[in-house]
Amino acid sequence: MSAEIPEAASAEEQKEMEDKVTSPEKAEEAKLKARYPHLGQKPGGSDFLRKRLQKGQKYFDSGDYNMAKAKMKNKQLPTAAAPDKTEVTGDHIPTPQDLPQRKPSLVASKLAG
Amino acid sequence: MFLKLSLRAVFLGAGGGNDIQWCFSQVKGAVDDDVAEADIISTVEFNHSGELLATGDKGGRVVIFQQEQENKTQTHSRGEYNVYSTFQSHEPEFDYLKSLEIEEKINKIRWLPQKNAAQFLLSTNDKTIKLWKISERDKRPEGYNLKEEDGRYRDPTTVTTLRVPVFRPMDLMVEASPRRIFANAHTYHINSISINSDYETYLSADDLRINLWHLEITDRSFNIVDIKPANMEELTEVITAAEFHPNSCNTFVYSSSKGTIRLCDMRASALCDRHSKLFEEPEDPSNRSFFSEIISSISDVKFSHSGRYMMTRDYLSVKIWDLNMENRPVETYQVHEYLRSKLCSLYENDCIFDKFECCWNGSDSVVMTGSYNNFFRMFDRNTKRDITLEASRENNKPRTVLKPRKVCASGKRKKDEISVDSLDFNKKILHTAWHPKENIIAVATTNNLYIFQDKVN
Repeated sequence: MSAEIPEAASAEEQKEMEDKVTSPEKAEEAKLKARYPHLGQKPGGSDFLRKRLQKGQKYFDSGDYNMAKAKMKNKQLPTAAAPDKTEVTGDHIPTPQDLPQRKPSLVASKLAG
Repeated sequence: MFLKLSLRAVFLGAGGGNDIQWCFSQVKGAVDDDVAEADIISTVEFNHSGELLATGDKGGRVVIFQQEQENKTQTHSRGEYNVYSTFQSHEPEFDYLKSLEIEEKINKIRWLPQKNAAQFLLSTNDKTIKLWKISERDKRPEGYNLKEEDGRYRDPTTVTTLRVPVFRPMDLMVEASPRRIFANAHTYHINSISINSDYETYLSADDLRINLWHLEITDRSFNIVDIKPANMEELTEVITAAEFHPNSCNTFVYSSSKGTIRLCDMRASALCDRHSKLFEEPEDPSNRSFFSEIISSISDVKFSHSGRYMMTRDYLSVKIWDLNMENRPVETYQVHEYLRSKLCSLYENDCIFDKFECCWNGSDSVVMTGSYNNFFRMFDRNTKRDITLEASRENNKPRTVLKPRKVCASGKRKKDEISVDSLDFNKKILHTAWHPKENIIAVATTNNLYIFQDKVN
């Protein structure tokens, strides 16, 4: 850490600042709320936690898929766009072909090189 | 002053973080900046003797390094770590029932203490724990009667004499084989595994549950903690880490996303939903902000070797708790307090959710943890001094002492200091490990493993 004297001075400085301005954390919070006004309507906990627990979920319903396949036989198939990682909703139902291939690492680790 | 420092450095393991002069020793991994996702290092762990060092990566691979035997002529440095074994521990899976991708990333590796010639370790991904046996083969049988040396069968009618096959030495081969697979016990993602001091059982923890296993039994596991609420809408916290006490086989702790640690005693009841102790530092409600809970989430918990203390890592600090005192930590060390005024951008780029680990040195006198810009920090609990070092290939001449780094929070930047805005938040050191007996540390950057040693005169 820095030497004794400058640290004491900056601690005083900071206390002064805090008395005049809100803490840096609160200032950051204000910045965030300004950019995303709808954030944090619910307590921060549940949203993060639920997102965390659902990590890796890809939605594929075989029933929907087969019905869509049957429907699409009659209509023109929209050309499949490059599969992107965002959640797919609406008419475009993710198909097994759209899911990125999960292949095991065939190459040895570079740490062992 | 200098004399005092060099005398202290002679006592291995007793030196403080700043009395030690850290030198670059080795770096493993590719040099190129284009990092393949599979090469991202996800865990680092020394075994109990420190002779072996294991790493796990996002591609599900484990690489084990072995320390060279000390050369009598090479008194200026300790043995180097060279590749001993490497294997594919886990492979990617897809759970069709739940539409869930199961990553092959190795979340944790824990070594078993050595009982015989072979080495054993547990490695886990999000869903499955595996017990791996690593054994050496340095002999092979030769002189079969019915087989040629290359394995082809001989025509029995051509055999005219008999001989006894004998074992002959061969080039050392290190084989890894999965001996147990502990699967299907976790609905949520496994974040921790910890071997009990009884060396027979271990625990595995996911976001909401902790299970107890016997190392020999794969088809059964006991649930010892369950914090899943009846109604998931009421979910307020998750389990972030868990560990068994190093000496008391009945005691374990688990940390939460709300910054609390619960100590549980398995003798009290079969289901340890009621804690024996709850460690929580009271918070000033006037300081509370949107970020408070997120930055208080504990990303790692580690008992000291003595078992008297435990250390927790949250986003900005490292705290040391005395197991006898629940209402506040006995020591708090700021890792990178200057980030407090950057929380908004760190939330936007998701860095605020980074899970840093922490570790103790062998004598519990120094603790270490990582930061951004490939910096890592050490705190000496006795001298109260701390140091910031950098894992970089620029310093890679063996035996040159690493130069301490300093981040300038605000105002005038001094020469050699780096300003907060220049920090590279993609270069994070999440995983570090300290040799159990010596001043040798392993520090993982995104895809490289650095080994540093203290200067041996």
